[in-house]
Amino acid sequence: MTIPSGGDTIQELTVEELRAKVGTGMEIENAEEHMLLSMGPQHPSTHGVLRLLVELDGETVVNLAPDIGFLHTGVEKSMESKTFTKALVMTDRMDYLSPMSNNLGYILAVEKLLGVEATPRAQVIRVILAELARISSHLVWLGTHALDLAAMSVFLYCFREREYILDLFEMVAGQRMMVSYFRPGGLWRDLPEEFEPAVRQFLDFFPAKIADYEALLKNNPIFLDRTKGIGVVTAEQAMDWGLTGPSLRGSGVNWDIRKAQPYGGYETYDFDVPVETDGDVYARYRCRIAEMWQSMRIIQQAMDRLPKGPVNIDDRKIVPPPRSELGHSMEAVIHHFKLWTEGFSAPVGYVYQSIESPRGEFACYLRGDGGPKPARVHFRTPSYVHVASLPFMAKGLFVADLVSIIGSVDIVLGEIDR
Amino acid sequence: MTPGQIALRALIVGFIVSFAIITGFAYTTLLERKVLARLQHRVGPNRAGYIPLPRRGGGPERKLLAGFLQPAADAVKLFFKEDMTPGKVDRITYTLAPMITVMPAIILLAVIPWAGEITIFGAEFTPYFAIAPGLNVAVLFLLAITSISVYGVVLAGWASNSKYAILGGIRASAQMISYELALGLTVLIPIMLADSMNLGDIVAAQANGWFVFRQPLAAIVFFIGMMAELQRAPFDLLEAEQELSAGFNVEYSGMRFGMFFMAEYMKMIIFSAIIVVLFFGGYRGPFVDQLPGLGFLYMILKIIFFLFMMIWIRASFPRFRYDQLMGLGWKRLLPISVFNFIIVAVFIVLQEEGVFDSLLKLLGVG
Repeated sequence: MTIPSGGDTIQELTVEELRAKVGTGMEIENAEEHMLLSMGPQHPSTHGVLRLLVELDGETVVNLAPDIGFLHTGVEKSMESKTFTKALVMTDRMDYLSPMSNNLGYILAVEKLLGVEATPRAQVIRVILAELARISSHLVWLGTHALDLAAMSVFLYCFREREYILDLFEMVAGQRMMVSYFRPGGLWRDLPEEFEPAVRQFLDFFPAKIADYEALLKNNPIFLDRTKGIGVVTAEQAMDWGLTGPSLRGSGVNWDIRKAQPYGGYETYDFDVPVETDGDVYARYRCRIAEMWQSMRIIQQAMDRLPKGPVNIDDRKIVPPPRSELGHSMEAVIHHFKLWTEGFSAPVGYVYQSIESPRGEFACYLRGDGGPKPARVHFRTPSYVHVASLPFMAKGLFVADLVSIIGSVDIVLGEIDR
Repeated sequence: MTPGQIALRALIVGFIVSFAIITGFAYTTLLERKVLARLQHRVGPNRAGYIPLPRRGGGPERKLLAGFLQPAADAVKLFFKEDMTPGKVDRITYTLAPMITVMPAIILLAVIPWAGEITIFGAEFTPYFAIAPGLNVAVLFLLAITSISVYGVVLAGWASNSKYAILGGIRASAQMISYELALGLTVLIPIMLADSMNLGDIVAAQANGWFVFRQPLAAIVFFIGMMAELQRAPFDLLEAEQELSAGFNVEYSGMRFGMFFMAEYMKMIIFSAIIVVLFFGGYRGPFVDQLPGLGFLYMILKIIFFLFMMIWIRASFPRFRYDQLMGLGWKRLLPISVFNFIIVAVFIVLQEEGVFDSLLKLLGVG
């Protein structure tokens, strides 16, 4: 290799040494003439700390290997040393762009293990917040995807609207991002009064905003050139690689957990699953934009039907008593103490609960051993699967297309490394 | 005037104009940041320097012109930054590259007419106000000098000993060579219309109508080619932040990086001036014959208009891909400019030969 390369030139190393050095085990086709480019872990468009080892022939990607683990936090292992309730806070930090969905996936698994079901009001509130989280996550995706293609203004417009949703989260949970709002058996507390008008206001102004983003992108020939026909995934390939969510539906497979294996009352809502058949970056873009419209439909229906009643189940062995009772009920004090120190015990057994997170199928495997702490937690996260499919999508394309593809599969590194 | 006097005058005018452009460059960066901020629902730089205006009846004071010292703060920051030279660079080329980039930008100033025939403090400037007035191959000079600046970028990419930089440098050379062709062919059209390569004559020929109204296509092609030549969005492939982190200047820091930055913005101003001169009537405008000093004002206003256009485009357009950029340059702009050039040439010859007049006579109109 003749091009200067920072430290050692490749000529000084054998292929085995090189492979050991790059640490991904990637097959290098032609170490003599091609350039090995290490994109990341600090790179503007690898969406976090993803490192991509790219073998380049000129500007063409010959081979590609993702290198993950730079954000390893040990979430799954840490959860084994916390009670079921306290382990919840770890899930916020995985997919930090849609913590509500993570909470929902984990909490549904816990409730399945315990054999309880949330109250009707709690279920509807969960749907509203999960769909708001989907919109906010898609807004971040749209902004960063556009920014990867250098349409910088869309990024700031999207974050302006996301800010509104984060304010809604702060209103209900006291936290903008690390919400931990869904609890086993219900919610942390009921919605504040100002929530409903604020959501209705959002539903009023948001359609015009989507139209604005689309006006900047959909009608722009450069954007279409950069996205159409790029990173094509056929339906078979998508299934083989285990793609889920908009990345799968962009390839023409109609698979949405909300429809296929409904949870949390999704079967009672009237909404469509947007499916595109082209399988390219533009198809995935169209899918996600259409999903935002569908999420708004779901939120609208949920707001209209929001039932009155308690948000927590009436089981003091799972849900701690309200603070007002602590002053005059000895039993409440005992329950409070037991739940916040030892926690509730779950039966022996295991459950697997999957939900449709904004990125795809997010699933939680949970095993209980009779004690108050989970014996094993494992998450099936969509980003992990999607990042593995980058090589076959990007081979033979340009570096610029690689950036566009990374943006289109919408990965979050916190969720990959866990 | 003796040659000595001419040289002295060129020196004085050159000093003033370069100084003005360097200040202009600084404020172009501020303009870009402020305009981008407004387009993107932000405030922009507003801390360095403001004029406090007390509010009547108390309350927090109003801040007028907030941020107008930001360019000075940026310059100070760049000067005081550590000027790092990475380990394995080619030192001579690495040091020279920023200078090679910034020098053509300043040299280009020499031929641009800023105002018509004018008398300032008893000194007469004829035939127009410029550092080197009356250069009869001015357009050729512009094209020649512009081509030099690509060397700076390519050498910076090569000398940095970095993969991102070399990719940026390769992109730069391919991009600039392909767009220079379309640009060169389009520049010929004002030359033919004015029948002169002298920028003063080209401006004078637009007294009865700007060339943009006679040749809008040429003006559009020139504007696109100019954006590519300036490496402005959507043609900023060589520093494509999202792909190559910063492209050719990724290994530069401190004032050496500042020089690349300076070259980009100075060239923005100068190319705006060139398109104004070639297609938008230069310093001409209402009452400019009675009051030649207005020429400066018109020139500056027109330049600011083009700067604003470039910033606006940057805010709204995604970036081209390498092959799409080449495709646009070679498959669309080049054929368009070739055909346009041929058509204009044929029409001018036909007109000079009086073919149109005889045609009109034949039809019984004339």
